[in-house]
Amino acid sequence: MKYTDYIKTEKFPTFFCAGCGNGVMLGAMARAFEALNLPLEKIVAVTGIGCWGKVEDYLKVSTLHGTHGRALAFATGVKLANPDLHVLAIMGDGDSITIGGNHFIHAARRNVDVTAIVVNNLNYGMTGGQYSGTTPETKKTSTSRYGHIEQGFDICKVAEAAGASYVARELIDNPIQLKNRIIEAMQNKGFSLVETISPCPTHFGRNNGMPSAVPLMHYIKENTVPIAKAKNMNEEELGGRFVTGRLRSVPREDYGTKYAQIIETAMNVKE
Amino acid sequence: MSRDNVYFAMGNEAITEGALAAGARFYAGYPITPSSEIAELSSIRLPQVGGMYVQMEDELGSIAAVIGASASGKKSYTATSGPGFSLMQENLGVAVMIEMPCVIINVQRHGPSTGMATKPAQGDVMQSRWGTHGDHGIIVLSPSTVQECYDLTIEAFNYSEKYRMPVVLLADEVVGHMREKYIRYEVPPEKLVNRKQPTCDSKNYKPFDFGAEPDGIAPLAVFGGKYRFNLSTTMHDEACESCIRPDNAEKFVRHFVDKIENNYDDIVLTREYQMDDAEVAILSFGCSVRSSLYAVRRLREKGIRAGVFQLITLWPFADRHVRELCRKVKAVVVPEMNLGQVLREVQRVNDAGIPVLGVNRVNGEIIHPDEIIACVSEVMA
Repeated sequence: MKYTDYIKTEKFPTFFCAGCGNGVMLGAMARAFEALNLPLEKIVAVTGIGCWGKVEDYLKVSTLHGTHGRALAFATGVKLANPDLHVLAIMGDGDSITIGGNHFIHAARRNVDVTAIVVNNLNYGMTGGQYSGTTPETKKTSTSRYGHIEQGFDICKVAEAAGASYVARELIDNPIQLKNRIIEAMQNKGFSLVETISPCPTHFGRNNGMPSAVPLMHYIKENTVPIAKAKNMNEEELGGRFVTGRLRSVPREDYGTKYAQIIETAMNVKE
Repeated sequence: MSRDNVYFAMGNEAITEGALAAGARFYAGYPITPSSEIAELSSIRLPQVGGMYVQMEDELGSIAAVIGASASGKKSYTATSGPGFSLMQENLGVAVMIEMPCVIINVQRHGPSTGMATKPAQGDVMQSRWGTHGDHGIIVLSPSTVQECYDLTIEAFNYSEKYRMPVVLLADEVVGHMREKYIRYEVPPEKLVNRKQPTCDSKNYKPFDFGAEPDGIAPLAVFGGKYRFNLSTTMHDEACESCIRPDNAEKFVRHFVDKIENNYDDIVLTREYQMDDAEVAILSFGCSVRSSLYAVRRLREKGIRAGVFQLITLWPFADRHVRELCRKVKAVVVPEMNLGQVLREVQRVNDAGIPVLGVNRVNGEIIHPDEIIACVSEVMA
């Protein structure tokens, strides 16, 4: 299979704005499917609501488009009921860590074998650029015109703290690495996260004096540090910047495998 | 019937066993009084039959996981009570929109809000009908005995598989927690409904092509089988492509309602006690049927020909049955542990214009037969 076999290219151009990173992430996902040689019907992509949450419109794999924030909960059921499936939860910063934050930390803790693909564009793109749980402090959005006064989440740090066995972040100007991380994440048996920080020139950029992808990408790069460099920096030197690379890869037995043992035990117990 | 099949158990146990007998193999839920025994027993019993129990982080996630597991082909259910049922409403609409079979058990407790967690009520009648946003149809069944807890849980799964939709089992704290005899039986395969599977070429499969089916229900493939398909909560066409064309939206919303209304005869279940010669009907459901039955016995001793008309199916409402009933009797009395949610429905179809009176309680105590007797005696005086 070619990566284009996983995408409804006949629907191109996508409805994503010029300068948005969603198309790059879509390409990286499809190339990962190609590399893993996965049959279309064995992949289920579960989405929520948002710009990135509409990406299933362009995927040829089986899809379940659910509700805002609940993609991981739907995905939990899909995967546990059929362990042979490759299940992805495709979410933005709203779905994953804002309205869906509770499911996110518990899916990581529970270690269900689902791969979370998060495109974090630092605001709510679909509804017109309001602030989300990842909007950085001081930034302007359509609901923080005077500058944002909350601290934004570092999604990868949350995932690590909650027990995710695989966590990675790459920027969209590095699509080969993105693809490689998605491959690693899908091969990891357990909850895995691949996050990208993506430019939203239409809203986040425009509201903050960076109305096109180029200055916005510069801003994102200025605020990220590769893990090799970050290792030798302290918290103060990092200054809240995002770290990119493979941040955690510590396999642990997933929920489904453990539950299979529960079934074995229970089947030998008399009612 | 072997004695081995006779159990003395609480309603919540019978519900759990009913789910297993119906072929359910996946439970996701969040414990809440007075439904928690269903979670506890499901966690023990499901893995014994190769099924799975997962305790989710909240009720929003619980029903989402149930819908996801059903999409992967497992008959799935969750159990909750008022506050949790409120949290499930958005995703209940998902099951309506993507026409995904699943069973939601609501063991009603007192409300609103946290209310009195351990006290019974029947205040979720309207919520079970209209709780999720947008027009839709829904099937709601209400047990009044432990045996009915078992029987109706099986029926709930059968309806959900047959009509591709969520079905609510609307129990209450009284029925869920009281113990009485019930008979557990295996459901013969011909009485067990499993969702219709597609047989077409995999390229031609459309998961929402209900119009092409004689029974108006589209076959539902499972994730991971030979069919690759999409399910979407966004308004979609037969192939599940997003579609906001007015004629398409009109067709689908009407379909969500019509597939229930057009099958009234199959779905609406009622039961009559001493109604043959009754001049006055006590129309009730759930735990209030029990008070009603006792009241009838006493009323008959007093020479008043009363009978009980039990609504087993609450939704769709038994319009035709109740309209007919109102033509037959001189009065209808409706005892319910709310302030008249079913009463209003009876009044709506009371073309005959007979007296229709409610006996209502919202204090967390089961309706006393004396209250029903007093109401009937007054209206028949």
